[in-house]
Amino acid sequence: MKAETTKEAPKKKGKKVKGPPQIVVNTAFCKGCGICVEFCPKNVLAMKGAKAVVIALDECIECMFCELRCPDFAIAVYPAEG
Amino acid sequence: MAFDYDQYLRVDRLPHIWCPGCGHGIIFKALLRSIHGLEIDKNDLMLVSGIGCASRLPGYADFNTLHTTHGRALPFATGIKVMKANLHVIVTSGDGDAVAIGGNHFIHTCRRNIDMTLIVFNNSIYGMNGGQVSPTTPYGSFASTAPWGNLSVHFDFMKLAQGAGATFVARATTYHVKLLEKVITQAIAHKGFSVVEVLEDCPTAYGRRNKMRGPVQMMKFWKDNCVMIDALDKLPLEEAKEKIPIGIFCQTTRQEFTDEQHQVAQRAMGEE
Amino acid sequence: MSGPKFKSGLRLMSGNEAVAEAALYAGCRFFAGYPITPSTEIAEVLSKRLPQVGGFFLQMEDEIASMAATLGASLAGAKSMTATSGPGFSLKQENIGYGCIAEIPCVVVNVQRGGPSTGIPTGPMQGDIMQARWGTHGDHPVIVLYPDGVEDAFWETIRAFNLAERYRTPVILLTDEVIGHMRERMFLPKPGTVSIYNRRKPRRIPEKYYPYQGGTQDVPTMAPYGEGYRFHVTGLFHDRTGFPTNEPAEIDAEMRRLLRKISRAYNDIVKWEELFMDDAEEVIVAFGCTARSARAAVKRLRARDRKVGLFRLKTVWPFPERALIKIAKRAHVKKMLVPEMNNGQVLFEVERVAGRYCDVEGLQRLDSEMITPRQIIRALREN
Repeated sequence: MKAETTKEAPKKKGKKVKGPPQIVVNTAFCKGCGICVEFCPKNVLAMKGAKAVVIALDECIECMFCELRCPDFAIAVYPAEG
Repeated sequence: MAFDYDQYLRVDRLPHIWCPGCGHGIIFKALLRSIHGLEIDKNDLMLVSGIGCASRLPGYADFNTLHTTHGRALPFATGIKVMKANLHVIVTSGDGDAVAIGGNHFIHTCRRNIDMTLIVFNNSIYGMNGGQVSPTTPYGSFASTAPWGNLSVHFDFMKLAQGAGATFVARATTYHVKLLEKVITQAIAHKGFSVVEVLEDCPTAYGRRNKMRGPVQMMKFWKDNCVMIDALDKLPLEEAKEKIPIGIFCQTTRQEFTDEQHQVAQRAMGEE
Repeated sequence: MSGPKFKSGLRLMSGNEAVAEAALYAGCRFFAGYPITPSTEIAEVLSKRLPQVGGFFLQMEDEIASMAATLGASLAGAKSMTATSGPGFSLKQENIGYGCIAEIPCVVVNVQRGGPSTGIPTGPMQGDIMQARWGTHGDHPVIVLYPDGVEDAFWETIRAFNLAERYRTPVILLTDEVIGHMRERMFLPKPGTVSIYNRRKPRRIPEKYYPYQGGTQDVPTMAPYGEGYRFHVTGLFHDRTGFPTNEPAEIDAEMRRLLRKISRAYNDIVKWEELFMDDAEEVIVAFGCTARSARAAVKRLRARDRKVGLFRLKTVWPFPERALIKIAKRAHVKKMLVPEMNNGQVLFEVERVAGRYCDVEGLQRLDSEMITPRQIIRALREN
């Protein structure tokens, strides 16, 4: 699975998308604090330079903590359907 | 599912001014989710703040918003609430704003039990002004105005609020985000004055001076040292003493100030 | 309106009672205050009277909170008032500035006592003239009224509310311990007969509402909180949207509009009383309780054919300089005498305005005792 770093939302926000979960990092808002990376229980995220990037999307268990703890409105998790 | 924060934001004002790793954004998001969960109409919500980093929050939120003077958010909010009792009034305040310059207003608002919610963004320091010691800076910690270490013991918000008469008193941290959302939701729903203290971090003004390497290390501290207040009893006494309790400390009901005001007016108008 | 709500007719009232009653006539429905001599009766009367008309009285924890709650209530749509005296007036100053920049109508009553500091709580002085003008930091517009008796206090209080509402600004009503505590007979009008101004609300839809867009008179319309207009109010420099700005050009435009909205309304705001002024060679410029002595002095001197007149300030700020210049330029005006219970705060202004056209003399008392008619007569004789 390719790392997902686009800043565009996959579909309309708030709507479930088909397929695997998607994690969207808004790089314009990410300030690089590293909180999402540190507290991800599955090491889905990593720091690349001063921005968070997704490195292991397959591992994502959709706990949502990266989104909940992001102070900068910069991460959105769209869980897989079903 | 990803939460749609944009519906409650003044998107053109973002990104916000807070530093990397600042807990304010985490609390802000929990607040928006709570408001959403309670299905409060945006026109019926009033956000009031004083001065400081936390006080910039209302400017980003698409509600009725008021950014007042340092420490005075609560009395401004009191005037609004008495006149417009149908509004849900929420005050966001830093630790210095709430209990240093605003300390008198804090205890008296608790005493009145007016139906409002105060969320205290407690990062133990004056962040916006550049790291001066605050009433919640731990004893011995360093600040730009405490270069030899803080000489006095910090306030315990929970005891202060309960002692002064608040009827809902709770504490959470920016690590415990689910608890945070839950207690804010209960606080807003509570009829009476509710106080939520949120332990959070200022990596820029506090962490830097106190040998904490960054936001992540600071947040780990809450993870490792906080215990739900109900679970505290189950720990050995020595261990319990070292822990920081979180959760709901007090939830009671008594007569509410705005109700009383309106009842007095009804009674007085009826008299001939 | 009848019954206990409003009792029109002849009444014996103190100045403080008249201020409180007038506030109700003007539509005031919120008062937040803190007990302080010699203004306390205003709070006491309103604590009973406000609920009778469906309003709210709050005794707050301190003077600062009182000012803050007064502003908050106004933002929520109420006509609101607070009352205090010197030390409390000092404490309120930061939030008065907030009211100026955030353009929040309200009335702040200062029943002056001796100062600085605790001074003399039970005695009159007039030492807050300059504080009323410059008490809060930064350049700001201000309207200050000063009645000279019980009936005048009643009408000036109503005028204070009307001006606050019309110009979206805090209005300061100065009185003094004498005016506050003296009792006089006065006629309370029927409520419907008093002319009342209410703030203009926006006609635009919420999406197109700018809370700080001046319009033709430089006074923005004002939506109350909680009625569908979700706007932002801050004490920071802001643009027409109400959101903070650091742009020098936007700051300049907003500050100049703020000052202009009061200065351009000079004719509407600035009022004074003239007595025997047509042929006066000597003019006494007086205000508040001192104007009462000045009036007596003028009458006695006129009985002796001295051509003395009284110019009484009803509006202290903006200073009635256009009116005074006109008078000072009259060929027969030789002198102006400014008696006041302070060290020359208004004298300084009269000198600035009239000093190049006629003699300007002061008469000051700093002992918290009233200046007597006799002192004024003696001062005119000596000079």
